[in-house]
Amino acid sequence: MIRDPIREGLASGWRVTDAAGLERDLTLEADVAIVGTGAGGGVTADILTAAGLDVVMIEEGPLKSSTDFRMLEAEAYPQLYQESAARKTLDKAITILQGRCVGGSTTVNWTSSFRPPEPTLAFWRERFGLGGLTTEAFAPWLARMEQRLGIGPWTVAANENNAALARGAARLGIATAAIPRNVQGCWNIGYCGMGCPTNAKQSMLVTTIPAALARGARLVCSARAERLALHRGRAATLECAALDGPGVRTTGKRVRVRAKHYVAAAGAIGSPALLIRSGAPDPYRTLGRRTFLHPTVISAAVMPHRVEGHAGAPQTVFSDHFLEQAAVDGPIGFKLEVPPLHPALFGMTLPGIGAPHAALMELFPHAQVLIALLRDGFHPASRGGIVGLRADGSPVLSYPLTPVLWDAVRRALLAMAEIQFAAGAKQILPVHERARPYSSWPEAREAIEALPLEPLLTRVVSAHVMGGCGMAGAPRRGVVDAGGRHFFLENVSVHDGSVFPTSLGTNPQLTIYALAARNASALAAELTGRAPPPIG
Amino acid sequence: MATRRQVLKYGVAGALALAAAGLARGQPSYRAASGAAPLAALDDADREVLAAIAPAILVGVEGAAGRVDAIVGSVDRAIAGLPPHLQSEVGQLLALLASWPGRRWIAGVASPWPQASRAEVAAFLERWRFSRWALAQQGYHALHELVLAAWYARPDSWSAIGYPGPPEVR
Repeated sequence: MIRDPIREGLASGWRVTDAAGLERDLTLEADVAIVGTGAGGGVTADILTAAGLDVVMIEEGPLKSSTDFRMLEAEAYPQLYQESAARKTLDKAITILQGRCVGGSTTVNWTSSFRPPEPTLAFWRERFGLGGLTTEAFAPWLARMEQRLGIGPWTVAANENNAALARGAARLGIATAAIPRNVQGCWNIGYCGMGCPTNAKQSMLVTTIPAALARGARLVCSARAERLALHRGRAATLECAALDGPGVRTTGKRVRVRAKHYVAAAGAIGSPALLIRSGAPDPYRTLGRRTFLHPTVISAAVMPHRVEGHAGAPQTVFSDHFLEQAAVDGPIGFKLEVPPLHPALFGMTLPGIGAPHAALMELFPHAQVLIALLRDGFHPASRGGIVGLRADGSPVLSYPLTPVLWDAVRRALLAMAEIQFAAGAKQILPVHERARPYSSWPEAREAIEALPLEPLLTRVVSAHVMGGCGMAGAPRRGVVDAGGRHFFLENVSVHDGSVFPTSLGTNPQLTIYALAARNASALAAELTGRAPPPIG
Repeated sequence: MATRRQVLKYGVAGALALAAAGLARGQPSYRAASGAAPLAALDDADREVLAAIAPAILVGVEGAAGRVDAIVGSVDRAIAGLPPHLQSEVGQLLALLASWPGRRWIAGVASPWPQASRAEVAAFLERWRFSRWALAQQGYHALHELVLAAWYARPDSWSAIGYPGPPEVR
């Protein structure tokens, strides 16, 4: 029997309110209100409560835990993801995977835990006035979070889906390496994306949030933060709407939090949207802008042997070779990784209908898939997207796919196809409406070079939303300062991936953890008047 | 807002058809869950459209042909779990297709949905897939994703593709 630390904690008297069940409005007071319980919110809650502060966490999604994680797509996507994993950009051209549950995306991510690339930090220092963000100064925060979350090398043999990337790349002289993971006692099952059923993944759900709750923090889930009521350059209250059990509609009940300080950690898209709804000062029109996605394209292969991409740790091998071919702000580079393969997501991702689609699905056990994550936001013509609001106040990202991105898409589809053939693929299929399975590298190369690269024909996805509340040395360049403090709202901070001034160029969770740890420690010192404890 | 802007942007014909669908229907096709848990989002006309479209998308899929009602039910539950703005968009799409002008002139399907052949429905889907009209392409992708995700999330689809289902971990 697997222990469920969340159910045990609830039984021990944690102060958790499911707003779906509220029969009357709720008003809470706290030192700090945190909106969102993902990478930024979880770490912030942990550090603030350790400093003795009274914290309320507000989470739009439900509180689900290992007992609930039945590894079924039909349950996991509607329960644990924004918009049932069907969130898309305004023109529907990019599908966005983001968590919406206690633990946020850390509950459903694939555990990849990279340190931030030095070229990215250098770019941020030089272009955004973030001179303090040196590798040396940031390393202790990264080390602290690596230790806190059990991040380390994954030494178990890669599953065949990942091994194919390593093998194909090696035959072409392309370097790959193993991905560090935030797991302890991982069962190597392969269902990280549906919530870890064994609590091996050291997500916020099983680490920082239980720690904060054990110190008396309060958590209100199924509550959507609608706006901060602002008064004279300060946030006065946080106004939230209770959601129904399925998290679809508001119930009419309200949750209000009065706090000394407010931390937006609702993720990129969520945090800028909260500030837009709040009417936050935005004199330089930076809010919600420069939102980045690591736009990701996909290449499927049919291997002669079984791959079983649903089984085994899902993402364990990567290559940065194609990030290193040009300057960081030159032609857009891409990181190569592998996704887990599960039937519903695989079925809806493969193009086409009828017999051709069915024939590909019958090869499911032999399917091998590579993804290329484009490093957006560095090239001068890659300015990202803009978060706006629908009439109902819900956020929507408009993200134009521009020629500099399409240039990288074509190079990425070519690179992935060549690697897959080198790994032994019988056929490869770039995921594009005009493509079909190709049986040799020369045939695939010729076809990919001729593919019309356009929105809604080329499948583009994203699992990393970043930016929109960028940090910068001055308000002209961003929304928050180098410490995550809003430039114009003295008691509002942003602690999540929305503070990135560009995309990161790698999977973002560890960088968000470390930034949140650093900024929360400074905030705790300010609010308590005590020096922060040493890092570590 | 986005939907309305796109309609205006992408074509008067589409706007007229949507308006006609709305007039014929009198209200959006999705059912706001007042009180009851939103286990279902579709009305009979929506189901009739999906019951014609799902088999065309799933041609050649072992085991799908005899389960159309169940698949439409799975799609219905998936739609009921979407946020209101998406339910509204899907509702408008299905209302458009269910309306006579929408089916006949926008989708180009001559026969009423229950009588439409799979080939006729598949031809409509392929036209939308490669349409120059972004709303049609978006409509194609919505139908593609709803039907395929609903089917392959169902355990009765798994044996045909060699997926064993999740492992036992208790």
